[in-house]
Amino acid sequence: MTAASKQHASTKESNYLTAGYGVRSWLLTVDHKRIALLYLISLTTFFSVGGLFAVLIRLELLTPQGDLFQSETYNKLFTMHGIFMVFFFLVPSIPAVLGNFFLPLMIGARDVAFPKLNLLSWYVYAAGGLVTLFAMFAGGVDTGWTFYAPYSSTYANSHVILAALGIFITGFSSILTGVNFIATTHRMRAPGLTWMRLPLFVWANYATSLIMVLGTPVIAVTILLVAIERLLHVGIFDPALGGDPILFQHLFWFYSHPAVYIMILPGMGVMSEIVACFTRKRIFGYKIVAMSSLAIAILGFLVWGHHMFVSGQSMYAGFVFSLLSMLVAVPSAIKVFNWTATMYRGSITFATPMLYALGFIGLFTIGGLTGIFLAAMALDIHVHDTYFVVAHFHYVMVGGMVMAYLGGLHFYWPKMFGRMYHEGLAKVAAVMIFIGFNLTFFPQFLLGYLGMPRRYHVYDEDFQVLNVLSTAGASVLGLGFALPICYLIFSLKFGKKVGDNPWDAAGLEWTISSPPYEHNFHEIPEVTEEAYDYGKREAARV
Amino acid sequence: MSTEHHVTPLRVYFTVFALLLGLTFLTWWVATIDLGAWNTTIAISVAMTKVMLVVLWFMHVKYSNKLIWFFAAAGVYWLVLLFGFVMTDYLTRLPVTGWGG
Ligand SMILES: [Cu+2]
Repeated sequence: MTAASKQHASTKESNYLTAGYGVRSWLLTVDHKRIALLYLISLTTFFSVGGLFAVLIRLELLTPQGDLFQSETYNKLFTMHGIFMVFFFLVPSIPAVLGNFFLPLMIGARDVAFPKLNLLSWYVYAAGGLVTLFAMFAGGVDTGWTFYAPYSSTYANSHVILAALGIFITGFSSILTGVNFIATTHRMRAPGLTWMRLPLFVWANYATSLIMVLGTPVIAVTILLVAIERLLHVGIFDPALGGDPILFQHLFWFYSHPAVYIMILPGMGVMSEIVACFTRKRIFGYKIVAMSSLAIAILGFLVWGHHMFVSGQSMYAGFVFSLLSMLVAVPSAIKVFNWTATMYRGSITFATPMLYALGFIGLFTIGGLTGIFLAAMALDIHVHDTYFVVAHFHYVMVGGMVMAYLGGLHFYWPKMFGRMYHEGLAKVAAVMIFIGFNLTFFPQFLLGYLGMPRRYHVYDEDFQVLNVLSTAGASVLGLGFALPICYLIFSLKFGKKVGDNPWDAAGLEWTISSPPYEHNFHEIPEVTEEAYDYGKREAARV
Repeated sequence: MSTEHHVTPLRVYFTVFALLLGLTFLTWWVATIDLGAWNTTIAISVAMTKVMLVVLWFMHVKYSNKLIWFFAAAGVYWLVLLFGFVMTDYLTRLPVTGWGG
């Protein structure tokens, strides 16, 4: 009798959802799975807040005149949209929800290395979020999510310090999660689970954790310096006091470019899991895909100057950063090529998670390639601060990261709750999101190339047709996002019950019950094979 | 992992604490004298020394295994990257010669 079937035998036993009831059992839990659900709820809330701001932005941009909002209000709208989406949704999303839930399961552990620290990181995150929400209700911020000096220092007239304080606090949640994941991956792997047998999702989260730990302190210091300059008038960024505003951009992007990889790397990890499962094949070039995660984590730190080609940085620095930015595209491209090669001659099934994975490959490729356009200094001078940039990073963040997040959520939902969502509705939503997304953001590439600057609510009449298309797309996209929220919640009560491994997927997380028991594994499993051993599974089927 | 349960005597903590206080006093005292560019150099050197004291003794890196040393070194290396690449900008800026100059 194998360990897996032994665990089958006692499905009546209480799982992590039924192990305790009441608010206390949730708010004081140290179970990584419950903490993941706490994150899921709070992240969805912040995603909705950020989305609401996006709706208002797209409504204003329906017409070339500024008829809905004044320019100051509009500045606040796009700033709050950016802040909530970047710091409170994209950065934590996959690590905090899917990572927290599945990292221990995938390595055969009963929890993360520091369960109490894990709960603390959620409280820190929630506290930071509440402070920033308070800043929003108190009147908001208008500096742009980047808080550039001197908008945020000398000339700020909104709640900069309060909003920045929220981000400062939330940063510690990132650091705690990063430390936890690094220690967990090093110390908690099941016997036999060597580094080269780890699922690629674990590799991706490990690389992400390195960035979180090495990068986040710098943004914290930067925010602190802004506060010191504003409150104590020490010259750091203000030239009149002997400071340099461009120093802010150096410090800010030292974290915030790598933060792009904090957002996309875990998504790439989810991609590898989904593509392997729905093509029934081992990931092509496993080792190089794993190593490219580390390469991205390291190289990603050396490219930040590509945000500063036209802001006064020296020509030489621009040249260095341009070259390095092109280099970091290589490991990302390796991953895309390897997923495509994995699909080659695989027996592909188009279940909902796979639809999102296919969407990811197409959209991330467009987002990545336009990133190379922007890394080329001469072209960047033309399209800098236009809608071309806006379209580029939405293709990476929404087309890449959000696609992977939704794909992962649909892939793991039956494991998390033991019930399946409505597959037909899920497919409709996936297609709506894909179409809505492209209709929203592809016109923005054209707008940017034609010269429409970002961050203005009044624009030339020639740009209206493309803007109307974009707003139309956004409404399809919005409905597409609302749909999963409805049918996923519905499935919790009414979804069809599923077995432990509805996708017939490889990996330790699929050997335990759905939903998992409170302590995951009755016996710590012993791993004897490499990850994604679909070849053997398929052979056994015949 | 034989060093994992190393217990540091309290005496060591108090010595390090006294050293940190002394160095803080040194920073303050140097700031009161005009040494030109040396003021900054000394202030940063003193700060670095304090960092080493905290990392090695308070954070127990001195008694930890190689993996911990590797991660601690990575932190320092990343700081070097930050300063180094910022300097590719600051050290190669052309002097401003006035508008249209
Ligand atoms: Cu960047």
